[in-house]
Amino acid sequence: MTIETIKKEFPIFSRRINGKPLVYLDNASTSQKPSAVLDALTNFYTTSNANIHRGIHTLSEEATERYEATRKSVARFINAAVAEEIVFTKNCTESINLVARTWGHASIRRGDHILVSALEHHANLIPWQELARKKHAKLFVIPLTSSFELDMEAYDKLLSRKTKIVCVTTQSNVIGTRPPMKEMIKKAHAVGARVMVDGAQSVGHQRTDVVSMGCDFFAFSAHKMLGPTGVGVLYADYDILETLQPFLYGGDMVTSVEREHAVYRDAPWRFEAGTPNIADVVAFRAAIEFLEEIGMDTIESHDARCVAAAREALAGFARVRVFAPESGASCVAFTVDGIHPHDVATIFNSEGVAIRSGLHCAEPLVKDLGVPALSRMSFYLYNTMEDVAVARQALEKVFRIFSLTSNP
Amino acid sequence: MDLYTETILDHYEHPHHTGTLASPDVHVAEYNLLCGDRIELDCAFTNKGAIADVAFVGSGCALSQAGMSILSDWSIGKSRNDIAALSHDDVQSMIGSPITPARLKCALLGLGALKRIYEPYHSNS
Ligand SMILES: Cc1ncc(COP(=O)(O)O)c(C=O)c1O
Repeated sequence: MTIETIKKEFPIFSRRINGKPLVYLDNASTSQKPSAVLDALTNFYTTSNANIHRGIHTLSEEATERYEATRKSVARFINAAVAEEIVFTKNCTESINLVARTWGHASIRRGDHILVSALEHHANLIPWQELARKKHAKLFVIPLTSSFELDMEAYDKLLSRKTKIVCVTTQSNVIGTRPPMKEMIKKAHAVGARVMVDGAQSVGHQRTDVVSMGCDFFAFSAHKMLGPTGVGVLYADYDILETLQPFLYGGDMVTSVEREHAVYRDAPWRFEAGTPNIADVVAFRAAIEFLEEIGMDTIESHDARCVAAAREALAGFARVRVFAPESGASCVAFTVDGIHPHDVATIFNSEGVAIRSGLHCAEPLVKDLGVPALSRMSFYLYNTMEDVAVARQALEKVFRIFSLTSNP
Repeated sequence: MDLYTETILDHYEHPHHTGTLASPDVHVAEYNLLCGDRIELDCAFTNKGAIADVAFVGSGCALSQAGMSILSDWSIGKSRNDIAALSHDDVQSMIGSPITPARLKCALLGLGALKRIYEPYHSNS
Protein backbone atom coordinates (compact mmCIF):
# COMPACT_ATOMS: atom_id res chain seq x y z
CA MET A 1 0.00 0.00 0.00
CA THR A 2 1.44 3.36 -0.97
CA ILE A 3 0.07 6.85 -0.85
CA GLU A 4 -0.22 6.93 -4.65
CA THR A 5 -2.67 4.06 -4.84
CA ILE A 6 -4.48 4.66 -1.60
CA LYS A 7 -7.82 5.77 -2.98
CA LYS A 8 -8.52 2.14 -3.90
CA GLU A 9 -8.59 1.27 -0.21
CA PHE A 10 -11.64 3.50 0.32
CA PRO A 11 -14.81 1.97 -1.16
CA ILE A 12 -16.68 5.29 -1.09
CA PHE A 13 -14.60 6.56 -3.99
CA SER A 14 -16.56 4.37 -6.36
CA ARG A 15 -19.51 6.70 -5.62
CA ARG A 16 -20.53 9.26 -8.17
CA ILE A 17 -22.04 12.56 -7.12
CA ASN A 18 -24.23 14.26 -9.71
CA GLY A 19 -22.77 11.89 -12.26
CA LYS A 20 -19.18 12.88 -11.43
CA PRO A 21 -16.52 10.96 -9.52
CA LEU A 22 -16.48 11.99 -5.86
CA VAL A 23 -13.76 14.49 -4.98
CA TYR A 24 -13.84 14.62 -1.21
CA LEU A 25 -12.36 17.83 0.19
CA ASP A 26 -14.24 17.96 3.48
CA ASN A 27 -11.77 15.95 5.54
CA ALA A 28 -11.64 18.47 8.36
CA SER A 29 -15.30 17.60 9.02
CA THR A 30 -14.78 13.88 8.88
CA SER A 31 -12.58 11.48 6.96
CA GLN A 32 -13.60 8.57 4.77
CA LYS A 33 -13.04 5.01 5.99
CA PRO A 34 -10.76 2.36 4.44
CA SER A 35 -11.96 -1.21 3.90
CA ALA A 36 -9.68 -2.29 6.73
CA VAL A 37 -11.81 -0.32 9.19
CA LEU A 38 -15.12 -1.42 7.68
CA ASP A 39 -13.94 -5.03 7.75
CA ALA A 40 -12.81 -4.74 11.37
CA LEU A 41 -16.27 -3.49 12.28
CA THR A 42 -18.04 -6.35 10.53
CA ASN A 43 -15.52 -8.82 11.83
CA PHE A 44 -16.12 -7.78 15.43
CA TYR A 45 -19.87 -8.15 15.13
CA THR A 46 -19.62 -11.43 13.27
CA THR A 47 -16.99 -13.09 15.46
CA SER A 48 -16.51 -11.52 18.88
CA ASN A 49 -19.57 -9.50 19.80
CA ALA A 50 -20.27 -9.42 23.54
CA ASN A 51 -20.31 -6.90 26.33
CA ILE A 52 -16.98 -6.12 27.95
CA HIS A 53 -15.61 -6.22 31.47
CA ARG A 54 -18.53 -8.32 32.65
CA GLY A 55 -18.59 -11.87 31.35
CA ILE A 56 -16.29 -14.75 31.95
CA HIS A 57 -17.40 -16.43 28.75
CA THR A 58 -15.10 -16.56 25.76
CA LEU A 59 -16.81 -13.88 23.70
CA SER A 60 -16.81 -11.38 26.52
CA GLU A 61 -13.14 -12.00 27.14
CA GLU A 62 -12.36 -11.54 23.46
CA ALA A 63 -14.41 -8.38 23.21
CA THR A 64 -12.71 -6.97 26.31
CA GLU A 65 -9.30 -7.85 24.96
CA ARG A 66 -9.98 -6.22 21.61
CA TYR A 67 -11.44 -3.11 23.22
CA GLU A 68 -8.43 -2.75 25.50
CA ALA A 69 -6.06 -3.45 22.61
CA THR A 70 -7.26 -0.23 20.96
CA ARG A 71 -6.44 1.66 24.15
CA LYS A 72 -2.87 0.39 23.87
CA SER A 73 -2.72 1.32 20.17
CA VAL A 74 -3.95 4.83 20.89
CA ALA A 75 -1.41 5.24 23.68
CA ARG A 76 1.40 4.14 21.36
CA PHE A 77 0.11 6.34 18.53
CA ILE A 78 0.25 9.55 20.57
CA ASN A 79 3.19 8.36 22.69
CA ALA A 80 1.37 8.34 26.01
CA ALA A 81 3.41 6.77 28.79
CA VAL A 82 0.76 4.19 29.69
CA ALA A 83 -2.53 2.98 28.18
CA GLU A 84 -4.32 3.98 31.40
CA GLU A 85 -3.96 7.60 30.34
CA ILE A 86 -6.44 6.98 27.51
CA VAL A 87 -10.17 7.47 28.16
CA PHE A 88 -12.72 6.56 25.50
CA THR A 89 -15.62 8.96 25.02
CA LYS A 90 -18.04 9.44 22.16
CA ASN A 91 -16.17 12.31 20.48
CA CYS A 92 -13.68 15.11 20.97
CA THR A 93 -16.45 17.38 22.24
CA GLU A 94 -17.31 14.96 25.03
CA SER A 95 -13.62 14.60 25.93
CA ILE A 96 -13.30 18.36 26.43
CA ASN A 97 -16.56 18.50 28.37
CA LEU A 98 -15.22 15.74 30.60
CA VAL A 99 -12.23 17.91 31.52
CA ALA A 100 -14.34 21.02 32.06
CA ARG A 101 -16.84 19.14 34.21
CA THR A 102 -14.40 17.12 36.32
CA TRP A 103 -11.08 18.94 36.51
CA GLY A 104 -12.73 22.31 35.89
CA HIS A 105 -15.41 21.83 38.46
CA ALA A 106 -12.86 20.86 41.12
CA SER A 107 -10.16 23.39 40.27
CA ILE A 108 -11.66 26.66 39.05
CA ARG A 109 -12.63 29.28 41.61
CA ARG A 110 -14.17 32.73 41.55
CA GLY A 111 -11.88 35.22 39.85
CA ASP A 112 -9.61 32.59 38.22
CA HIS A 113 -8.58 33.15 34.63
CA ILE A 114 -9.31 30.74 31.78
CA LEU A 115 -7.50 31.41 28.50
CA VAL A 116 -8.86 30.19 25.16
CA SER A 117 -7.30 30.89 21.80
CA ALA A 118 -9.12 32.81 19.08
CA LEU A 119 -8.77 29.75 16.85
CA GLU A 120 -10.96 27.44 18.91
CA HIS A 121 -13.74 25.32 17.53
CA HIS A 122 -16.94 25.74 19.58
CA ALA A 123 -16.03 22.41 21.23
CA ASN A 124 -13.06 23.99 23.01
CA LEU A 125 -14.81 27.28 23.74
CA ILE A 126 -18.34 26.72 24.98
CA PRO A 127 -17.50 24.24 27.80
CA TRP A 128 -15.08 26.90 29.16
CA GLN A 129 -17.60 29.74 28.75
CA GLU A 130 -20.05 27.68 30.73
CA LEU A 131 -17.49 26.80 33.41
CA ALA A 132 -16.47 30.46 33.73
CA ARG A 133 -20.09 31.48 34.10
CA LYS A 134 -20.84 28.88 36.78
CA LYS A 135 -17.67 29.56 38.75
CA HIS A 136 -17.53 33.33 38.26
CA ALA A 137 -14.17 32.91 36.60
CA LYS A 138 -12.93 35.14 33.77
CA LEU A 139 -12.52 33.97 30.20
CA PHE A 140 -9.82 35.66 28.10
CA VAL A 141 -9.05 35.18 24.42
CA ILE A 142 -5.56 34.87 22.94
CA PRO A 143 -5.99 36.95 19.78
CA LEU A 144 -4.78 36.47 16.23
CA THR A 145 -2.10 38.50 14.50
CA SER A 146 -2.84 40.06 11.12
CA SER A 147 -1.18 37.04 9.51
CA PHE A 148 -3.62 34.64 11.22
CA GLU A 149 -1.17 33.22 13.73
CA LEU A 150 -1.76 33.34 17.49
CA ASP A 151 -0.37 36.53 18.98
CA MET A 152 2.39 35.31 21.30
CA GLU A 153 3.06 38.75 22.77
CA ALA A 154 -0.57 39.06 23.75
CA TYR A 155 -0.39 35.53 25.19
CA ASP A 156 2.57 36.48 27.38
CA LYS A 157 0.62 39.46 28.70
CA LEU A 158 -2.51 37.42 29.40
CA LEU A 159 -0.68 34.72 31.34
CA SER A 160 -0.46 35.23 35.07
CA ARG A 161 -0.64 33.36 38.35
CA LYS A 162 -4.41 33.74 38.06
CA THR A 163 -4.42 31.65 34.87
CA LYS A 164 -5.64 28.16 35.75
CA ILE A 165 -6.00 26.63 32.30
CA VAL A 166 -5.08 27.44 28.71
CA CYS A 167 -7.29 25.89 26.02
CA VAL A 168 -5.77 25.71 22.58
CA THR A 169 -6.05 23.72 19.39
CA THR A 170 -3.09 22.11 17.64
CA GLN A 171 -4.55 23.15 14.31
CA SER A 172 -7.41 25.45 13.34
CA ASN A 173 -10.21 23.61 11.57
CA VAL A 174 -10.97 26.74 9.54
CA ILE A 175 -7.66 28.21 8.40
CA GLY A 176 -5.21 25.48 9.40
CA THR A 177 -3.05 27.61 11.74
CA ARG A 178 -0.76 25.49 13.93
CA PRO A 179 0.15 27.37 17.10
CA PRO A 180 3.57 26.77 18.72
CA MET A 181 2.31 24.17 21.19
CA LYS A 182 5.51 23.42 23.08
CA GLU A 183 6.23 27.09 23.70
CA MET A 184 2.67 27.81 24.79
CA ILE A 185 2.51 24.83 27.13
CA LYS A 186 5.86 25.62 28.70
CA LYS A 187 4.77 29.17 29.42
CA ALA A 188 1.45 28.03 30.84
CA HIS A 189 3.17 25.55 33.14
CA ALA A 190 5.56 28.26 34.27
CA VAL A 191 2.63 30.14 35.84
CA GLY A 192 1.11 26.93 37.20
CA ALA A 193 -1.68 26.60 34.63
CA ARG A 194 -2.90 23.38 33.02
CA VAL A 195 -3.24 23.06 29.25
CA MET A 196 -6.20 21.55 27.42
CA VAL A 197 -5.15 20.71 23.88
CA ASP A 198 -7.76 20.11 21.19
CA GLY A 199 -5.97 17.74 18.85
CA ALA A 200 -8.95 16.95 16.60
CA GLN A 201 -7.50 18.45 13.44
CA SER A 202 -3.87 17.45 13.73
CA VAL A 203 -3.85 13.97 15.22
CA GLY A 204 -4.61 12.24 11.91
CA HIS A 205 -2.34 14.58 9.96
CA GLN A 206 0.95 14.84 11.80
CA ARG A 207 2.93 12.85 14.34
CA THR A 208 1.65 13.40 17.88
CA ASP A 209 3.80 13.08 20.97
CA VAL A 210 1.91 14.15 24.06
CA VAL A 211 4.99 13.70 26.23
CA SER A 212 7.32 15.94 24.29
CA MET A 213 4.46 18.41 23.72
CA GLY A 214 3.98 18.40 27.50
CA CYS A 215 0.22 18.87 27.53
CA ASP A 216 -1.97 17.93 30.47
CA PHE A 217 -5.07 17.03 28.43
CA PHE A 218 -5.33 16.11 24.76
CA ALA A 219 -8.67 15.41 23.06
CA PHE A 220 -9.62 14.08 19.64
CA SER A 221 -12.16 12.08 17.62
CA ALA A 222 -11.57 8.81 15.77
CA HIS A 223 -13.77 9.80 12.86
CA LYS A 224 -11.40 12.47 11.54
CA MET A 225 -8.54 9.95 11.32
CA LEU A 226 -10.11 7.14 9.26
CA GLY A 227 -11.87 5.63 12.27
CA PRO A 228 -15.59 5.17 12.90
CA THR A 229 -17.89 7.86 14.26
CA GLY A 230 -18.87 7.61 17.91
CA VAL A 231 -15.39 7.25 19.38
CA GLY A 232 -13.54 10.06 21.10
CA VAL A 233 -10.34 10.02 23.09
CA LEU A 234 -9.19 11.95 26.09
CA TYR A 235 -5.55 11.65 27.01
CA ALA A 236 -4.69 12.99 30.43
CA ASP A 237 -1.50 12.84 32.42
CA TYR A 238 -2.18 9.96 34.82
CA ASP A 239 -1.18 11.99 37.85
CA ILE A 240 -4.06 14.32 37.06
CA LEU A 241 -6.48 11.72 35.75
CA GLU A 242 -6.39 9.62 38.90
CA THR A 243 -7.41 12.61 41.02
CA LEU A 244 -10.52 13.41 39.01
CA GLN A 245 -14.06 12.56 40.04
CA PRO A 246 -16.16 10.52 37.61
CA PHE A 247 -18.01 12.28 34.80
CA LEU A 248 -20.95 9.89 34.35
CA TYR A 249 -22.19 7.40 36.90
CA GLY A 250 -23.59 3.88 36.55
CA GLY A 251 -22.47 0.41 35.63
CA ASP A 252 -18.91 -0.54 34.64
CA MET A 253 -17.27 2.33 36.48
CA VAL A 254 -17.55 0.80 39.94
CA THR A 255 -15.71 -1.86 41.94
CA SER A 256 -18.27 -2.37 44.68
CA VAL A 257 -21.70 -1.00 45.23
CA GLU A 258 -23.97 -0.84 48.24
CA ARG A 259 -27.41 0.77 48.41
CA GLU A 260 -26.03 3.99 49.86
CA HIS A 261 -22.63 4.32 48.25
CA ALA A 262 -20.23 2.93 45.72
CA VAL A 263 -16.52 2.59 45.18
CA TYR A 264 -15.28 3.73 41.81
CA ARG A 265 -12.80 1.98 39.59
CA ASP A 266 -9.43 3.43 38.80
CA ALA A 267 -8.93 5.71 35.85
CA PRO A 268 -9.53 5.41 32.96
CA TRP A 269 -12.43 2.95 33.52
CA ARG A 270 -13.93 5.27 36.12
CA PHE A 271 -14.77 7.60 33.23
CA GLU A 272 -16.37 4.99 31.01
CA ALA A 273 -19.76 4.40 32.61
CA GLY A 274 -22.19 2.09 30.88
CA THR A 275 -21.62 -0.04 27.80
CA PRO A 276 -19.19 1.88 25.63
CA ASN A 277 -19.06 1.96 21.84
CA ILE A 278 -17.26 -1.38 21.80
CA ALA A 279 -17.37 -2.25 18.11
CA ASP A 280 -16.29 1.19 16.92
CA VAL A 281 -13.47 1.32 19.47
CA VAL A 282 -12.31 -2.09 18.21
CA ALA A 283 -12.46 -0.94 14.58
CA PHE A 284 -10.62 2.27 15.46
CA ARG A 285 -7.50 0.19 15.96
CA ALA A 286 -7.55 -0.74 12.28
CA ALA A 287 -7.57 2.97 11.43
CA ILE A 288 -4.54 3.63 13.62
CA GLU A 289 -2.68 0.72 12.08
CA PHE A 290 -3.55 1.97 8.61
CA LEU A 291 -2.13 5.41 9.43
CA GLU A 292 0.97 3.87 10.96
CA GLU A 293 1.55 1.76 7.88
CA ILE A 294 1.47 4.82 5.63
CA GLY A 295 3.43 6.84 8.17
CA MET A 296 2.43 10.14 9.73
CA ASP A 297 5.36 12.01 8.21
CA THR A 298 4.36 10.81 4.75
CA ILE A 299 0.80 11.97 5.39
CA GLU A 300 1.95 15.36 6.64
CA SER A 301 4.06 16.03 3.59
CA HIS A 302 1.32 14.77 1.28
CA ASP A 303 -1.14 17.20 2.91
CA ALA A 304 1.40 19.98 2.49
CA ARG A 305 1.67 19.25 -1.24
CA CYS A 306 -2.11 19.41 -1.59
CA VAL A 307 -2.29 22.68 0.32
CA ALA A 308 0.48 24.20 -1.79
CA ALA A 309 -1.24 23.10 -5.01
CA ALA A 310 -4.61 24.44 -3.85
CA ARG A 311 -3.15 27.79 -2.79
CA GLU A 312 -1.45 28.04 -6.15
CA ALA A 313 -4.66 27.17 -8.02
CA LEU A 314 -6.63 29.79 -6.09
CA ALA A 315 -3.94 32.43 -6.52
CA GLY A 316 -4.87 32.50 -10.19
CA PHE A 317 -8.23 34.15 -9.39
CA ALA A 318 -8.15 37.84 -8.50
CA ARG A 319 -11.63 37.67 -6.98
CA VAL A 320 -10.64 34.90 -4.61
CA ARG A 321 -9.27 35.71 -1.19
CA VAL A 322 -7.24 32.95 0.40
CA PHE A 323 -6.60 32.71 4.13
CA ALA A 324 -3.12 31.34 4.22
CA PRO A 325 -1.30 31.52 7.53
CA GLU A 326 2.30 30.47 7.20
CA SER A 327 1.82 27.63 9.67
CA GLY A 328 -1.42 26.62 7.93
CA ALA A 329 -1.80 22.90 7.33
CA SER A 330 -4.21 20.43 5.71
CA CYS A 331 -6.79 22.94 4.58
CA VAL A 332 -7.30 26.11 2.56
CA ALA A 333 -10.06 28.56 3.42
CA PHE A 334 -11.22 31.11 0.88
CA THR A 335 -13.93 33.54 -0.10
CA VAL A 336 -15.05 34.64 -3.54
CA ASP A 337 -15.80 38.33 -3.88
CA GLY A 338 -19.52 38.78 -4.62
CA ILE A 339 -20.52 35.14 -4.16
CA HIS A 340 -21.70 33.58 -0.93
CA PRO A 341 -19.78 30.47 0.21
CA HIS A 342 -22.97 28.41 0.11
CA ASP A 343 -23.39 29.13 -3.56
CA VAL A 344 -19.75 28.21 -4.09
CA ALA A 345 -20.23 24.90 -2.25
CA THR A 346 -23.44 24.11 -4.13
CA ILE A 347 -21.73 24.59 -7.47
CA PHE A 348 -18.69 22.58 -6.35
CA ASN A 349 -21.09 19.80 -5.39
CA SER A 350 -22.60 19.86 -8.86
CA GLU A 351 -19.12 18.87 -10.06
CA GLY A 352 -18.84 16.10 -7.47
CA VAL A 353 -16.57 18.16 -5.21
CA ALA A 354 -17.47 18.13 -1.51
CA ILE A 355 -16.29 21.23 0.36
CA ARG A 356 -17.55 22.87 3.53
CA SER A 357 -18.92 26.38 3.66
CA GLY A 358 -20.30 28.54 6.43
CA LEU A 359 -19.03 29.24 9.92
CA HIS A 360 -17.32 25.88 10.51
CA CYS A 361 -18.38 25.67 14.17
CA ALA A 362 -15.99 28.53 14.88
CA GLU A 363 -18.23 31.57 14.69
CA PRO A 364 -16.08 33.98 16.73
CA LEU A 365 -13.03 33.12 14.61
CA VAL A 366 -14.90 33.73 11.37
CA LYS A 367 -15.98 37.13 12.75
CA ASP A 368 -12.34 37.92 13.57
CA LEU A 369 -11.44 37.14 9.98
CA GLY A 370 -13.90 39.85 8.96
CA VAL A 371 -16.07 37.76 6.64
CA PRO A 372 -19.66 36.57 7.03
CA ALA A 373 -18.72 32.99 6.15
CA LEU A 374 -16.11 31.13 4.13
CA SER A 375 -15.47 28.05 2.04
CA ARG A 376 -12.86 25.45 2.90
CA MET A 377 -11.10 22.69 1.04
CA SER A 378 -9.50 20.24 3.45
CA PHE A 379 -7.21 17.46 2.36
CA TYR A 380 -6.16 14.01 3.44
CA LEU A 381 -3.98 11.14 2.35
CA TYR A 382 -6.24 9.99 -0.50
CA ASN A 383 -6.52 13.37 -2.22
CA THR A 384 -4.59 13.84 -5.43
CA MET A 385 -3.36 16.66 -7.62
CA GLU A 386 -6.19 15.65 -9.94
CA ASP A 387 -8.64 16.49 -7.12
CA VAL A 388 -7.15 19.97 -6.87
CA ALA A 389 -7.50 20.37 -10.64
CA VAL A 390 -11.17 19.36 -10.52
CA ALA A 391 -11.73 21.85 -7.69
CA ARG A 392 -10.15 24.54 -9.82
CA GLN A 393 -12.52 23.72 -12.69
CA ALA A 394 -15.45 23.84 -10.27
CA LEU A 395 -14.35 27.33 -9.26
CA GLU A 396 -14.29 28.39 -12.90
CA LYS A 397 -17.85 27.13 -13.16
CA VAL A 398 -18.82 29.33 -10.20
CA PHE A 399 -17.62 32.37 -12.12
CA ARG A 400 -19.40 31.24 -15.30
CA ILE A 401 -22.73 30.76 -13.55
CA PHE A 402 -22.58 34.14 -11.87
CA SER A 403 -21.37 35.73 -15.12
CA LEU A 404 -18.35 37.15 -13.36
CA THR A 405 -14.99 37.23 -14.95
CA SER A 406 -12.60 35.46 -12.68
CA ASN A 407 -10.04 38.25 -13.11
CA PRO A 408 -11.75 41.66 -13.12
CA MET B 1 -26.80 23.46 -12.87
CA ASP B 2 -30.50 23.38 -12.21
CA LEU B 3 -30.57 25.42 -9.00
CA TYR B 4 -29.11 28.54 -10.54
CA THR B 5 -31.83 29.22 -13.09
CA GLU B 6 -31.95 32.50 -14.94
CA THR B 7 -34.81 33.58 -12.67
CA ILE B 8 -32.74 33.03 -9.54
CA LEU B 9 -29.67 34.68 -10.95
CA ASP B 10 -31.72 37.63 -12.27
CA HIS B 11 -33.34 38.24 -8.94
CA TYR B 12 -30.00 37.87 -7.16
CA GLU B 13 -28.19 40.32 -9.40
CA HIS B 14 -31.09 42.76 -9.73
CA PRO B 15 -33.30 42.21 -6.70
CA HIS B 16 -36.74 43.84 -6.58
CA HIS B 17 -38.02 45.92 -3.66
CA THR B 18 -34.65 46.59 -2.12
CA GLY B 19 -33.85 49.43 0.25
CA THR B 20 -35.94 50.84 3.06
CA LEU B 21 -39.37 52.49 3.24
CA ALA B 22 -39.69 56.15 4.28
CA SER B 23 -42.31 55.37 6.91
CA PRO B 24 -42.72 51.66 7.46
CA ASP B 25 -45.41 50.32 9.77
CA VAL B 26 -43.19 47.44 10.80
CA HIS B 27 -39.54 46.57 10.52
CA VAL B 28 -38.53 42.94 10.95
CA ALA B 29 -35.29 41.01 10.67
CA GLU B 30 -34.65 37.37 9.93
CA TYR B 31 -31.30 35.65 10.25
CA ASN B 32 -29.88 32.35 9.32
CA LEU B 33 -27.23 32.10 11.97
CA LEU B 34 -25.60 29.02 10.55
CA CYS B 35 -24.83 30.65 7.22
CA GLY B 36 -24.69 34.28 8.18
CA ASP B 37 -27.63 35.13 5.87
CA ARG B 38 -29.58 38.20 6.91
CA ILE B 39 -32.70 40.02 5.75
CA GLU B 40 -34.22 43.20 7.12
CA LEU B 41 -37.67 43.94 5.84
CA ASP B 42 -39.77 47.11 6.02
CA CYS B 43 -43.50 46.85 5.45
CA ALA B 44 -46.30 49.40 5.08
CA PHE B 45 -49.94 48.38 5.45
CA THR B 46 -53.11 49.51 3.69
CA ASN B 47 -56.03 50.75 5.83
CA LYS B 48 -57.31 47.21 5.89
CA GLY B 49 -54.04 45.78 7.10
CA ALA B 50 -52.96 44.24 3.82
CA ILE B 51 -49.43 44.72 2.53
CA ALA B 52 -49.14 48.00 0.64
CA ASP B 53 -45.41 47.99 0.10
CA VAL B 54 -42.24 46.23 1.22
CA ALA B 55 -38.53 46.92 0.96
CA PHE B 56 -35.62 44.80 2.12
CA VAL B 57 -31.92 44.93 2.62
CA GLY B 58 -29.98 41.75 3.11
CA SER B 59 -26.84 39.81 2.56
CA GLY B 60 -26.29 36.17 1.96
CA CYS B 61 -26.37 33.52 -0.69
CA ALA B 62 -28.09 33.85 -4.05
CA LEU B 63 -30.93 31.63 -2.96
CA SER B 64 -31.82 33.59 0.17
CA GLN B 65 -31.66 36.98 -1.54
CA ALA B 66 -33.40 35.94 -4.77
CA GLY B 67 -36.03 34.18 -2.67
CA MET B 68 -36.80 37.38 -0.78
CA SER B 69 -36.97 39.33 -4.03
CA ILE B 70 -39.45 36.86 -5.53
CA LEU B 71 -41.54 36.86 -2.37
CA SER B 72 -41.54 40.67 -2.24
CA ASP B 73 -43.10 40.81 -5.71
CA TRP B 74 -45.70 38.30 -4.64
CA SER B 75 -46.49 39.94 -1.30
CA ILE B 76 -47.82 43.29 -2.51
CA GLY B 77 -51.57 43.45 -1.86
CA LYS B 78 -51.62 40.25 0.17
CA SER B 79 -53.59 40.04 3.42
CA ARG B 80 -52.65 38.75 6.82
CA ASN B 81 -54.45 35.49 5.99
CA ASP B 82 -52.60 35.12 2.71
CA ILE B 83 -49.29 35.39 4.54
CA ALA B 84 -50.42 32.99 7.26
CA ALA B 85 -51.42 30.45 4.60
CA LEU B 86 -48.17 30.72 2.65
CA SER B 87 -46.37 27.38 2.91
CA HIS B 88 -42.91 26.03 2.28
CA ASP B 89 -44.22 24.30 -0.83
CA ASP B 90 -45.67 27.55 -2.16
CA VAL B 91 -42.27 29.20 -1.82
CA GLN B 92 -40.51 26.28 -3.46
CA SER B 93 -42.81 26.43 -6.44
CA MET B 94 -42.39 30.20 -6.75
CA ILE B 95 -38.62 29.77 -6.74
CA GLY B 96 -39.03 27.00 -9.24
CA SER B 97 -35.64 25.31 -8.80
CA PRO B 98 -35.02 21.96 -7.17
CA ILE B 99 -33.76 22.70 -3.67
CA THR B 100 -31.71 20.20 -1.69
CA PRO B 101 -32.48 19.84 2.04
CA ALA B 102 -29.24 21.59 2.96
CA ARG B 103 -30.24 24.67 1.00
CA LEU B 104 -33.88 24.75 2.11
CA LYS B 105 -33.20 27.10 5.00
CA CYS B 106 -31.63 29.58 2.57
CA ALA B 107 -34.66 29.42 0.30
CA LEU B 108 -37.04 29.87 3.22
CA LEU B 109 -35.32 32.85 4.84
CA GLY B 110 -37.63 35.29 3.03
CA LEU B 111 -40.68 33.33 4.10
CA GLY B 112 -39.52 33.64 7.69
CA ALA B 113 -39.19 37.41 7.30
CA LEU B 114 -42.67 37.75 5.75
CA LYS B 115 -44.27 35.72 8.52
CA ARG B 116 -42.74 38.02 11.11
CA ILE B 117 -44.57 41.03 9.69
CA TYR B 118 -47.72 39.95 11.44
CA GLU B 119 -46.07 38.92 14.68
CA PRO B 120 -46.34 42.06 16.80
CA TYR B 121 -43.99 40.51 19.31
CA HIS B 122 -41.16 40.58 16.80
CA SER B 123 -41.68 44.05 15.38
CA ASN B 124 -40.63 47.24 17.00
CA SER B 125 -43.41 49.51 15.81
C1 LIG C 1 -10.71 21.65 16.02
C2 LIG C 1 -11.88 20.80 16.35
N1 LIG C 1 -12.19 20.57 17.62
C3 LIG C 1 -13.23 19.81 17.96
C4 LIG C 1 -14.05 19.24 17.02
C5 LIG C 1 -15.22 18.46 17.48
O1 LIG C 1 -15.15 17.14 17.11
P1 LIG C 1 -16.42 16.21 17.33
O2 LIG C 1 -17.54 16.88 16.59
O3 LIG C 1 -16.03 14.91 16.75
O4 LIG C 1 -16.67 16.16 18.79
C6 LIG C 1 -13.76 19.44 15.68
C7 LIG C 1 -14.57 18.83 14.62
O5 LIG C 1 -15.53 19.28 14.11
C8 LIG C 1 -12.67 20.27 15.33
O6 LIG C 1 -12.38 20.52 14.06
